[in-house]
Amino acid sequence: MREIYLDNNATTKVDERVFEEMRPYFCELYGNPSSMHFFGGQVQKKVDEARARVASLLGALPDEIVFTACGTESDNAAIRSALEVFPEKRHIITSRVEHPAVLTQCRNLSKRGYRVTELNVDGNGQLDLNELERLVDEDTAIVSLMYANNETGVIFPIEEAAKIVKKKGALFHTDAVQAVGKIPLNMAESAIDMLSLSGHKLHAPKGVGVLYVRRGTPFRPMLVGGHQERGRRAGTENTASIIAMGKACQLAEQYMADEAGRVREMRDRLERELTALIPNTRINGGGTERLPNTLSIAMEFVEGEGILLLLSEKGICASSGSACTSGSLEPSHVLRAMGVPFTCAHGSIRFSLSRFTTDDDIDAVIEALPPIIARLRAMSPFGREFLNK
Amino acid sequence: MWDYTDKVKEHFLNPRNVGEITDADAVGEVGSLACGDALKLFIKLDENKERIVDAKFQTFGCGSAIASSSALTEMVKGKTLDEALEITNQQIADFLGGLPEEKMHCSVMGQEALEVAIAKYRGVEAPVHGHGHDHVETEGELVCKCFGLTDVFLKKVIVSNKLTTAEQVTHFTKAGGACGGCIPKIKELIAEVLGEEKKAAAEKPAKLTNLRKMQLIQETLENEVRPQLWADGGDLELIDIDGSNVQVAFRKACAGCASSGYTAKFVEQKLRELVSPDITVQEVQG
Repeated sequence: MREIYLDNNATTKVDERVFEEMRPYFCELYGNPSSMHFFGGQVQKKVDEARARVASLLGALPDEIVFTACGTESDNAAIRSALEVFPEKRHIITSRVEHPAVLTQCRNLSKRGYRVTELNVDGNGQLDLNELERLVDEDTAIVSLMYANNETGVIFPIEEAAKIVKKKGALFHTDAVQAVGKIPLNMAESAIDMLSLSGHKLHAPKGVGVLYVRRGTPFRPMLVGGHQERGRRAGTENTASIIAMGKACQLAEQYMADEAGRVREMRDRLERELTALIPNTRINGGGTERLPNTLSIAMEFVEGEGILLLLSEKGICASSGSACTSGSLEPSHVLRAMGVPFTCAHGSIRFSLSRFTTDDDIDAVIEALPPIIARLRAMSPFGREFLNK
Repeated sequence: MWDYTDKVKEHFLNPRNVGEITDADAVGEVGSLACGDALKLFIKLDENKERIVDAKFQTFGCGSAIASSSALTEMVKGKTLDEALEITNQQIADFLGGLPEEKMHCSVMGQEALEVAIAKYRGVEAPVHGHGHDHVETEGELVCKCFGLTDVFLKKVIVSNKLTTAEQVTHFTKAGGACGGCIPKIKELIAEVLGEEKKAAAEKPAKLTNLRKMQLIQETLENEVRPQLWADGGDLELIDIDGSNVQVAFRKACAGCASSGYTAKFVEQKLRELVSPDITVQEVQG
């Protein structure tokens, strides 16, 4: 069975060009970049090149790039650093729809005496910047808001938020794991202090991430013990993955137009046709700016896990905001924060596309999903009065 | 991805008995849209209103909820209402070759719908435990406010599935799975149930058959007594059981030990506590 992979916000295929780039750095060019000999030195050069490639994609300077092990590490490091830099400040601001990498960290800190404010979102999953402006104060050490939401693709007005925060003297961090490579970013003209990204969301392998730290931003490392990454992240470099990350960022820069054009068109077509073919649907975040690759569609009176299992039978890989798929018992915190009615929160499915998505993939979903929903609705004790109209 | 058995997958992909019975004798409805799963069970009885001749279901829920509903309708067919009431949620899970523990609440929901249907048919008050927030006349005290579950219901599930941790209770009933506010109360309920079971075990021996008593004596000696003796380098052997008289021979460090009289007393005390209060222990050479 051919897999139709539309779960790219979960993870992506390693681009073969990326894999080719990293391949020699396991068995042949395995030197330690810190070594004094030529054998390590040649790896150092490739790590530098990777750093420059990542910087180029972000509009940043190479020395602002810190390689980490994952997006989660970058998020954790940014928040912890800010709290160490400003030991007298005890307030953190984030949002209710953050990725658990940020949210769990903040909630843990709230148990250790920090005051944590979680900003609300409206029905479209959008922030209220006035609320942010009202709540950020002299006691705020850091504000961490995601660039784009992993479940809905909703893009926050991060630049405006960063400017508000900077005026009050707090640090501003953004988890841009879902945004990097999908929409253009330019750190050279930004107020963002720190930004997280993750390799495996942009066709690099799992196990490598980046924390962008603006020049001049005070920083305290989470991992200590070595001079690597200019003392900001100790530990021998994951050279092969870092080199892969560099290549992936270079490719992402080249494919940016493809995301904004071809990928967006495929997403829009999928959205249009599914909405036309399936009654009683709504698009989560449909009324605001979204990533070009993400579609979160809520279908009333059905439960997500059943949909995913039946899609999976057709080779289609997607994900769901439903409780049952995650092992938790409540629908996703993102959809709940948005106030998505419970008649459809359990039946929300996310399709996330990539540069490898084809029109055939989209056709397959358009063909498969409507009968699946009809079948599950016929089995459901709810919604007959609405659906039989 | 959940590790569903082939049988679960098969019942999810080809569910038996989906639909409704318009002239059903009994209908049981549990769960709600808000909970994320709900089951409506229809039961048709034969002319004499004795045996279940047909059962159908409508389910809103995940793969294992649909598979559990399908399994339940297959299991009840041909049974009398009393026989159907004997079905436990564990039997539903077993029918499907097992469910992941996090999904056991799906089997509980099936068992519950069946109970509600039969109670309604018989005109007795449905044993409502919540799990469905609408029109609920609750029996017992509300414990989990998020999913509307009472202490009576939770204790029943704890007892019948021998649950020992709050996490298991969440997996089986969802209680405590949302805000987590009732987890301390769930722990209290577990402690209560365990306490009651211990008490019940202590009272039970009066009705023991001889065979069961012999088994219990052996188990107690193996699990409770000998390990303690081994710790001191001793041991014992069971020689004979004559009614309530247990004859043991001491071995190793216990053999010929000056305090073997005390040891015999210790063994007797253990057996009286865990098996039957009328037991006497006699030390013999053997």
